[in-house]
Amino acid sequence: MTQTRGAVEFRNVQKRFGQFTAIPDLSMTIQPGELVTLLGPSGCGKTTTLRMLAGLESPTQGQILLGGQDVTRLPADRRDVAMVFQSYALFPHMSVIQNVAYGLEASGLKPGPARERAEKTLSLVGLDGLAERLPAELSGGQQQRVAVARALVLEPQVLLLDEPLSNLDARLRRKVRTEIRDLQQRLGFTAVYVTHDQEEALAVSDRIVVMKDGVVAQMGSPRDLYEAPESEFIADFIGEANIISGRILSVGGAEARVDIGGSVITLPARGLGEGPARLAMRSNAARVRNDGPGVTGTVASSAYLGDHVEYEIDGALGRIFVVDDESDSPLPVGAPVTLELRPRGLALIPEAQ
Amino acid sequence: MNTDNRRLDLVLAAGLFALIALPWYRVRQGFFSFEWLESYAQTAKHWPGLFQALDGRWQLWPVLVLMLAAFWLRFGRRPGARGSHLIAVGVAGLLWLMIESLSIGLRGWNWGVLTAAFGNIEGQQAFGAGAIVLGVVFSLLIAFGAAERGALKGDAFVLGAITLLVLLVAVFVFYPLISMFAGAFQDFDGSFTTVGVRNNIFDPKIWSLACLVGGNCGVAWRTFFLALCTATGTTVLGLVFALVVTRTRFRFKKSLRLLTVLPIITPPFVVGLALTMLLGRAGTVTQWIEMATGYELGRWLYGLTGIWLAQMLSFTPISFLVLIGVVEGVSPSMEEASQTLRSDRWRTFRKVSLPLMAPGLANAFLIGFIESMADFGNPLVLGGSGGVLSTEIFFAVVGAQNDPARATVLACVLLFFTLSAFLAQRFWLSGKNYATVTGKGDGGRHALLPRRVAWPVITIATAWAAFTITVYAMILFGGFVKVWGLDHSLTFDHYVRAFGVSITDGWHWTGVAWDSFWTTMGIALGAAPLTAAVGLLTAWLIVRQRFPGRGVFEFALMMSFAIPGTVIGISYIIAFNLPPLQMTGTAAILIACFVFRNMPVGVRGGVAAMAQLDGSLDEASLMLGAGSGRTMRKIILPLMRPAILAALVYSFVRAITSISAVIFLVSAKYNMATAYIVGLVENGEYGIAIAYSSVLILVMITVIGGFQLLVGERRIGRRELKQKTRAEAATQEVNA
Repeated sequence: MTQTRGAVEFRNVQKRFGQFTAIPDLSMTIQPGELVTLLGPSGCGKTTTLRMLAGLESPTQGQILLGGQDVTRLPADRRDVAMVFQSYALFPHMSVIQNVAYGLEASGLKPGPARERAEKTLSLVGLDGLAERLPAELSGGQQQRVAVARALVLEPQVLLLDEPLSNLDARLRRKVRTEIRDLQQRLGFTAVYVTHDQEEALAVSDRIVVMKDGVVAQMGSPRDLYEAPESEFIADFIGEANIISGRILSVGGAEARVDIGGSVITLPARGLGEGPARLAMRSNAARVRNDGPGVTGTVASSAYLGDHVEYEIDGALGRIFVVDDESDSPLPVGAPVTLELRPRGLALIPEAQ
Repeated sequence: MNTDNRRLDLVLAAGLFALIALPWYRVRQGFFSFEWLESYAQTAKHWPGLFQALDGRWQLWPVLVLMLAAFWLRFGRRPGARGSHLIAVGVAGLLWLMIESLSIGLRGWNWGVLTAAFGNIEGQQAFGAGAIVLGVVFSLLIAFGAAERGALKGDAFVLGAITLLVLLVAVFVFYPLISMFAGAFQDFDGSFTTVGVRNNIFDPKIWSLACLVGGNCGVAWRTFFLALCTATGTTVLGLVFALVVTRTRFRFKKSLRLLTVLPIITPPFVVGLALTMLLGRAGTVTQWIEMATGYELGRWLYGLTGIWLAQMLSFTPISFLVLIGVVEGVSPSMEEASQTLRSDRWRTFRKVSLPLMAPGLANAFLIGFIESMADFGNPLVLGGSGGVLSTEIFFAVVGAQNDPARATVLACVLLFFTLSAFLAQRFWLSGKNYATVTGKGDGGRHALLPRRVAWPVITIATAWAAFTITVYAMILFGGFVKVWGLDHSLTFDHYVRAFGVSITDGWHWTGVAWDSFWTTMGIALGAAPLTAAVGLLTAWLIVRQRFPGRGVFEFALMMSFAIPGTVIGISYIIAFNLPPLQMTGTAAILIACFVFRNMPVGVRGGVAAMAQLDGSLDEASLMLGAGSGRTMRKIILPLMRPAILAALVYSFVRAITSISAVIFLVSAKYNMATAYIVGLVENGEYGIAIAYSSVLILVMITVIGGFQLLVGERRIGRRELKQKTRAEAATQEVNA
């Protein structure tokens, strides 16, 4: 039991709303102590997945397992999970401490001990001394922490976070997401985190599940997704890649020699054979030069941004977005350039499209 | 600078015309019959102001002087330099009109003090067309003066609108109330006395608390007690309905929403009437029970119990409408959060949903309280010997006792109760609303009710809905029955007597109801556009303009909604029965009453609709060189068409169903349908009364249905649809 505490499994879960199928067939497992992010554009089914795990929606078909136990038909209040809502959903008529103690009292704890534990959790998230305030008297960041404390105090098997940062400003977002990650690492609970912000996902996750139209498009560590996208969608969604065409000249073992606009580069073959291929090209995959060997093109636009210069280059690869770290002498629009490709930011995309 | 002079010229020309051509005093046959033109020169009392002044009425000389001053300012001074003087002239003019008209009445000085000081003076009639036009001219001079001084960015249209609205509200809301208070302290000959007030204010019939020890309580306490019961009952039932509609899987919940339309289309006493037919001495249900048990039920319906039942039927839909918004306003994520925090539905409902609804429930309670206090129709039909404040006021004026001081004291007591409730609603509850706290987007659905609440709630709602439907079926059916309770054979007699037409030698409206029916339609049609115009103009000023006193202005307007119709009625007859503004017995007083009674609805609807329109639209129009008036006409009005239509229909329907204020103001010439039906009820002619009521209800259903179709066709974009429904929701909420 201790082994599986915090483990989550979706087995062929389907969810329909009337005629509309939000999630056709979802299967995945989450290991205990892992922070998994559900990432995707709006309407991809990530929030529905989270709400099914919370017990706020029930699946049309399939099973959900929590800590090795089937909880598919268990209502929300009897599941050992806790949730941080996008709007925080703090009860406006209760003080901070009442909010935090609410769940404890519901699970049968006496008011005294409930209060003690609530206070402990509040100091864990750095909110000592604010216990008697009403939620409306707190700042956005403080409200967010109350919401986290209210969920954590129950010591759930899994903590669910539904876009927890979307109501904070950009600066606070960075700080709070580090705090959440720290807390998760320190206490070692399992967390499922929903967001549509790929940067946030890359920053906090052990593993990312990218969803599209209710289907898992790719699942993996942040590095996997960034460096080895399995589809153009993933390549574009995680870190905005240029999608370019190339041709695989030969495959030797795991390596492939690829012709990209005249330059030949050696890349991991990823199971592809000879012939035309699509590649993801990160904005740092090429160095912009005045002359020399490489793919030729002309500067369509350039923007000087202090420590780097952003270019759009027209040429054999179509229009490509490139970042050049050498900002000493930015090139003017219309200047002829050559792009020197490096294998580091290039990846073959296995999905046929 | 040129426009400054142009608008001033227009106003001055109007003033000049009024002064030399329009009758200064009231023309008894009615100004718009233009009979006065035939004997214009010969009849001194029809002369315009200038000639009245020359004829020796020195009280008009200051008016002439002030007009001369205005002309001198127009031609002798530049626009930039005369602003404050124009204001001074306007203020002086208005003040003088007020002073002279209030001091000199039909038979000379109104007060003995003045007779002693200045000797006798010839009496004067009420204001006529000339005087009224000059009053408007003086107010506009104030507005234009302020505009030239640069107030509100020099916007003469806005200033003019504000000035005229303030003038109207002062004349038609505050002047009557003040007259009523003053009237309480006057003797028959007009001198000051406190006898009447003293006798009444300590009258045990009003304030006795004897019922606590087994006797009869005073009318004030009885009304208060009734209002508490009605408010509690309607709030509970309203919540039950709201929960059924929003939180259960009850199959007919869509049809339950139709209930909310009922109070809008039902003349207030009709429910009481239907109740007598069901539960009165000769009522159907009474007879069944008496037959089955042999037990004599008696007259239990007549009195507080019956009134309470009728008010529950009448006002539950209103509270339902208010509470739907409250129940839906509780953010679903609050409830979901509670569920994820180990709380089952019952605990969630008790600890989260209910506390969050509490302010809304209090609001519904206060609304029910005010409605019950102000209700006149149901107590009139069901009151029997023990009436409530509103009916006591009525009988103090029209009955054998004819004691205006008593009526006034009772009106003040009633006003005190309703205004306290209104103030509580306004200040105590405002800011306590949790419903709109989040606003941030999150999905989620409302939790269903816990089973142990759902079943009783659905049962109660179904039973009450069935009761309501029975009552309304009674109304429609009762018109076809010969003598209710005695002879249940079907007949069209009542309809023929009420709405018969004869087509022998031409078309004749022979039915007894036609007269009041057409009057009602005419007056309702006349009042509707005025109500909509005044209401929406006010809404525009409140939402879009920033002027000093705006909060007070809005508050005063909304407060007029808390003044019971009976109080308005009695204050209108006291204020407008004598000069300077004599309007009793005319159609104008009915129209004025409707406009200022229903205006707050138009205002709220307009405010809701206007809040949907981006303020930058106005500013864009202004930047493109259009003035405020043009912006209003070309931009705001077209965009607010749904709100305007809603205000029109609403005020039309309210004018038809209203009774409390109207019953004081009708006359032989202008009788309204509701007053006529109440007369029928008092004579025991239930058949015709019911038939007439059914026809009224059908007319209003037709009007509302037609309006829905009309607006429905105009649904072009989603945004517009949303606007319409919001505006309607707001209007309906205010109806509550």
